[in-house]
Amino acid sequence: MTKKLMKGSEAIAEAAVQAGCKLFFGYPITPQNEIPEYMSMRLPQVGGAFVQAESEVAASNMIYGAAGAGERVMTSSSSPGVSLMAEGISYLAGSELPVVIVNIMRAGPGLGGILPSQGDYFQATKGLAHGDFRVLVLAPWSIQEAADLVQDAFDLADYYRNPVMVVGDGLIGQMMEPVEFREGRKPIKDLAPKTWATTGCDGSRPTNVVNSLFLDPEELEQHNIRLKAKYDLMVADEVRFAEYRTDDYYDVLIVAYGTVARVCSTAIDELREEGIGVAMLRPITLFPYPYEAVREAALKASAVLVVELSAGQMIEDVGLALARSRPIHFLNRMGGMLVSPDEVVAKVKAMIEGSSEEVHIG
Amino acid sequence: MAETVFARPESLADVTTHYCPGCTHGLIHRLVAEVIDEMGVRERTVGIAPVGCSVLAYDYFNVDFQEAAHGRAPAVATGIKRARPDLIVFSYQGDGDLASIGMAEIIHCANRGEKITVVFVNNAIYGMTGGQMAPTTMPGQVATTCQLGRDVESAGYPIRIAELISTLRTPAFVARATVHNPLVSVHAKEMLRRAFRYQVEGRCFSLVEVLSTCPTNWGIPPAEAMGWLEKNMLPYYPVGVFKTPEGGSREPKPLVG
Repeated sequence: MTKKLMKGSEAIAEAAVQAGCKLFFGYPITPQNEIPEYMSMRLPQVGGAFVQAESEVAASNMIYGAAGAGERVMTSSSSPGVSLMAEGISYLAGSELPVVIVNIMRAGPGLGGILPSQGDYFQATKGLAHGDFRVLVLAPWSIQEAADLVQDAFDLADYYRNPVMVVGDGLIGQMMEPVEFREGRKPIKDLAPKTWATTGCDGSRPTNVVNSLFLDPEELEQHNIRLKAKYDLMVADEVRFAEYRTDDYYDVLIVAYGTVARVCSTAIDELREEGIGVAMLRPITLFPYPYEAVREAALKASAVLVVELSAGQMIEDVGLALARSRPIHFLNRMGGMLVSPDEVVAKVKAMIEGSSEEVHIG
Repeated sequence: MAETVFARPESLADVTTHYCPGCTHGLIHRLVAEVIDEMGVRERTVGIAPVGCSVLAYDYFNVDFQEAAHGRAPAVATGIKRARPDLIVFSYQGDGDLASIGMAEIIHCANRGEKITVVFVNNAIYGMTGGQMAPTTMPGQVATTCQLGRDVESAGYPIRIAELISTLRTPAFVARATVHNPLVSVHAKEMLRRAFRYQVEGRCFSLVEVLSTCPTNWGIPPAEAMGWLEKNMLPYYPVGVFKTPEGGSREPKPLVG
């Protein structure tokens, strides 16, 4: 299959269709509108359906219904819209329904702005909504990886019967890059038939009920224990990360994810040209977080630099991973401003020269 | 050989419900179940339970069910029906669920013309949470959050859902019925039958508002609940057909008899 030049949003949508997504429900919000727009054109071609919901609240409950009926379904939004979907996502997790949710993050809080941000890291990985639950969170750094991760997200959602979130930013959504869709792609997991779905009870089985209500506390606790076991399995089996130039000696380890990691890779190449030992560990799954990998890679360096488009969110997980074994430095921009390769280069040099202040977390 | 003239519908589970004495949820459940049986669609029906007194409806109907978040049943129904248009999808919602927190979802579901059926049970009060004021609570009616009676100056007038939905241009079947005596219950069943039939025929969205009782939170003996409904609710919430996909009159037709 030849490579095709595609806008990130359209590549995400096409990847979903090719992974068997039959339904899309969403509400317009910048900067991700090309995803629903593409789906409104494409899904009817494959016998699926697109509905422009009246709100993100409704969209998150429409995907609940469709997932409960056993079909592959997706929604996409951007930060304020994902906050409105929080209700539905908690019910999806509680009822163990497989859906894929794409969040093209924009700067906040509140209405914020429409430019790129990583300010929803806490929301995605720690506090998406009420109740004890987790969702798998995947963070691509290129259009190709966004397409691949969206396809994997459908398999992971079905396998774990759990929402999977793909987080990108405006750069992932708007950038154009060559994309290749894997022909004859096989699911990355052994997927069981959806015998639990509400497809109508023909008498051959008891009625199926999709539900997150357990009024008996003992029963609910058993449900919580089962969910926790599922999340533990994700932690054991689904951690993904990539390393950049860790084969060579390095003194500074950068930890960054998403498009920020792309910027950092450019900076690392420049620094290496000057003979400065710097490498990067890039988390691809934000939950489960690659704590072990971050720690192991960091212990080979004398200091760690975290780069984020937020006030400092992932840095707390880096702090947990390192347990004060290495000094952590921090470089960030907010409000839709981007980190430039030059800023990363300057920060690393400052760290080596001793003019950068270590960050104390918590 | 004896002929069976009355039995539990197959679509109704053989269980005891948690409904209070004098509450008509059980009766309305039965009418819906009878209609599903008569249409022969039990095996391809999916119901959606609301948040409210009928939150456990999935235990009482013998069909596949999904439990929705508060007010979101029409959105969940949209998801199910769009995923599997061959299924017969109905939501069963109370007045707090549909007419308050779920107003956006019901309006837009109806306006898109989703081919689903909504059974809207209006008992003019919040039951499950303990008798708070509903959007459908009558003027002057006492509730735990309007203890001097509903003041229309600050809380507005009760919302007439059947009338409201029937103003939408999208073809639909919209009716209001009541179950405060056997004769009107027969009419209510006929309204439900028509609503489900329109869906089975793939014609349109359908909604039947059914006036219901809540003696527990109205603070009256169960035996007086039917009379209270007839005296206080019926004049404000007229019974009849408000809209048909053929373009029928919006004026309610009087009950015969």
